[in-house]
Amino acid sequence: MGRIDFLLSIVYLLLFPGFLFLFAFSLFAEYLDRKIYARIQRRVGPPFLQPFADLVKLSAKEDIVPEKAEHFMFTAAPIIGLAAIFAAFLYLPIVSTTGLHSFNGDLVVVLYLLTIPTLAMFLGGWYSGNVFGQKGGMRVASLLFSYEIPFFLALLTPALLQGSWKMADITRFEAAHPLEFIVSLLGFFIGLIALQGKLERLPFDIPEAETEIVAGPLVEYSGRRLALFRLARDAEMVVGAGLIAVVFLAGPEPILPLEPVYLSWLVAALVFLLKTLFVIFLLILLKSAVARIRTDQMISFAYQWLIPLTLVQIFIAIIVRFFGGI
Amino acid sequence: MAHVKLPIGPQHPALKEPENFTITLDGERVVDVDIRIGYTHRGIEKLMETRTYTQNLYLVERICGICSYAHVENFTQNVEEILGLQIPKRAEYIRTLFLELERLHSHFLWLGVAGHEIGFDTLFMYTWQDREVVQDLLEMISGNRVNYAMNAIGGVRRDVSQEHRKKVLEGMDYLEKRAEFYKNIALNEKTILARAQNVGILKPQVALRLAAVGPTARASGISVDIRKDDPYASYLDTPFEVITTDTNDVLGRVVVRVLEIVESIKIIRYLMEHLPEGDILKKAPRKVPEGESISHTEAPRGEDFHYLHSNGTEKPERYKVRTPTLANLPATAEMLKGTYLADVPIIVAAIDPCMGCMDRVLILKNGQEKPGELISGEKLRRYGIKWYAERGWDA
Amino acid sequence: MKTPGKMLPKIMGFIFRKPVTVRYPKERLTPPATLRGKMKFHLDRCISCGLCARDCPSGACTMHEIEAKKRPVFDLDYCTFCAQCAESCPKDAIEMTAEFELAHYKKGEAIVK
Repeated sequence: MGRIDFLLSIVYLLLFPGFLFLFAFSLFAEYLDRKIYARIQRRVGPPFLQPFADLVKLSAKEDIVPEKAEHFMFTAAPIIGLAAIFAAFLYLPIVSTTGLHSFNGDLVVVLYLLTIPTLAMFLGGWYSGNVFGQKGGMRVASLLFSYEIPFFLALLTPALLQGSWKMADITRFEAAHPLEFIVSLLGFFIGLIALQGKLERLPFDIPEAETEIVAGPLVEYSGRRLALFRLARDAEMVVGAGLIAVVFLAGPEPILPLEPVYLSWLVAALVFLLKTLFVIFLLILLKSAVARIRTDQMISFAYQWLIPLTLVQIFIAIIVRFFGGI
Repeated sequence: MAHVKLPIGPQHPALKEPENFTITLDGERVVDVDIRIGYTHRGIEKLMETRTYTQNLYLVERICGICSYAHVENFTQNVEEILGLQIPKRAEYIRTLFLELERLHSHFLWLGVAGHEIGFDTLFMYTWQDREVVQDLLEMISGNRVNYAMNAIGGVRRDVSQEHRKKVLEGMDYLEKRAEFYKNIALNEKTILARAQNVGILKPQVALRLAAVGPTARASGISVDIRKDDPYASYLDTPFEVITTDTNDVLGRVVVRVLEIVESIKIIRYLMEHLPEGDILKKAPRKVPEGESISHTEAPRGEDFHYLHSNGTEKPERYKVRTPTLANLPATAEMLKGTYLADVPIIVAAIDPCMGCMDRVLILKNGQEKPGELISGEKLRRYGIKWYAERGWDA
Repeated sequence: MKTPGKMLPKIMGFIFRKPVTVRYPKERLTPPATLRGKMKFHLDRCISCGLCARDCPSGACTMHEIEAKKRPVFDLDYCTFCAQCAESCPKDAIEMTAEFELAHYKKGEAIVK
């Protein structure tokens, strides 16, 4: 039995739903992002294999490390980012209500691991030896101060409602009480906006503002390292959206119990996919309707609006928990 | 933190055309600006001296792609004034039609570019799709989407038929609805207001002192519009309003341009409904007698000023062009001081820069007759590399 | 309070509609008949006056002696398609057609005689 478990763990880790699945899903999510964004603007958009083709092309190009850059950190930054996201993905419940491991507090671990890609981008920009890269890196760091707090607090609301830090328990609770979603609706929207800020997408893409700072922290990256950074960014979108789907929308649990039970992993994976895609769709809509705002405006938006609203949401959750008798 | 000197340009994604703004930064605030131009100098004024007036019609057009018709209008007005030629009424109306259609397409283009500068790509795509309506109309009447080649000395070359009039009026109905939509977006979209309000302040006294022209000045409350102050073509007959706002910022410039779209649509409707019958061309002699003439028009960007000195032959003696962007540059330098780095692209974009129009040679002699130096292309290239290396920008 | 995202209702309508892109060369737009494209030269109407070559702004139209008659030769590499030659010709021997797909590989390949 030990060996079969071990083999199953390897399959889980590498193929499904592990590295290969994350890889394929992030490319698919990037395709959807660009295609829907283009259709909204009445353009055609890229063909299906475009993100994969981009990755292959980038990997084949010459990889230059500038003279003024710090070689070790310059190379390590994208690898650290991608590794952190992959580790976070392993804890998400995809084929069942538990990930690869499940323990009390795994929600907090995933949230912490999701902070690392942002830091990796900051380090990559800082050590690139280019003044534009350093400015971009500093902007990434200012974003970090503004959006982590609402994101953490908003995602902790369902944990408060349910009473444990275990994602498995949260998903089961949400599936058993679907009306709980109404209580955490405010948290859902705040989580979406904070996630858009974490992912550095419009309206919060000031670190990578093409028209001002020429690609920000990624300005000196090329070839394989740039391919890794882009993959890390797409994977971050998938993991972030997946996390919101798990915590607010009950992850892989279908609304009605389904037969036959031996195919439950396939059904669970499909449900998880659909819910994550729904969250990604909302993120794309948010991206296409607004302009980019400045760094200082972003920070004041986070502290004047998002954080107070998050506190209101937590207050509501506490009241519902202790007086609603759940 | 120490002052950092950041070169924006000559190659930069924020700029559509090459120019160099060397900004001195203190953290995220701009402290000082140093502007260098001349990257797209093409020697047009010298070329004009070697071609006849008929050939120059097409050269003048190509000073700029977006405001090309204003330049041709100035040129033909100059030549016609020296010749003493009065062009037919119908030709005047057709010229005004093209001037206004050009203003429409230029303002739609600018809305898209401004949207792109602040990251609003959806607005960019939508405005440029509406601009296609105007471009199709221009192609239908004149035969080309830009550089229409409509003017001849003594009138226009192509006529506007009944079919064309119908299509123009249909186009105007569609564009009016779209202009309403964009006005709504510009005034009510919170993220645009966040980027454009109170950004790039230009007080009216400063604008007057630095001689700003066009929508840049009109957004600071200064009502200067050549179409009203010194009417040409058929602007004396057509009723229209000069749009000014008094917000002194980038949002004011956006509003001025959107409202000018609405005004242009009104003017075009009036022109199409009141088009007089008659000839469109009066034959002009090839040789132009000796004389001087100046002419100015309201290009979409502001006042465009031309000077012609003829000497009795087929070719002009001297031709000088002063485009509106050159007049707006000192005002831009003033606007950029004290703002955030993130606002620099939108402020530069708000004056609607057309650097290709702008570059001309100015020879300062300091009162002494110093012979100029003729250098080869290779020597110029090495001088340029040394110049940039001295400033530490060899990255 | 003004909320961001004013365009959202309009945007939702566009997601599933056909894009406005014309997929050239599978789909083509027909240009209007008044488009100034490649010129057509009627040799029988030419009187060898040379006005077209005199007025050409870019030097695309030059007079050559071919088969004992002076006639214009148009080099499309230099032509700006302004149609001044068509206008200057007193006998209407030059006519602009709407043919615009004129890209070619070698310099000096596109000549209209």
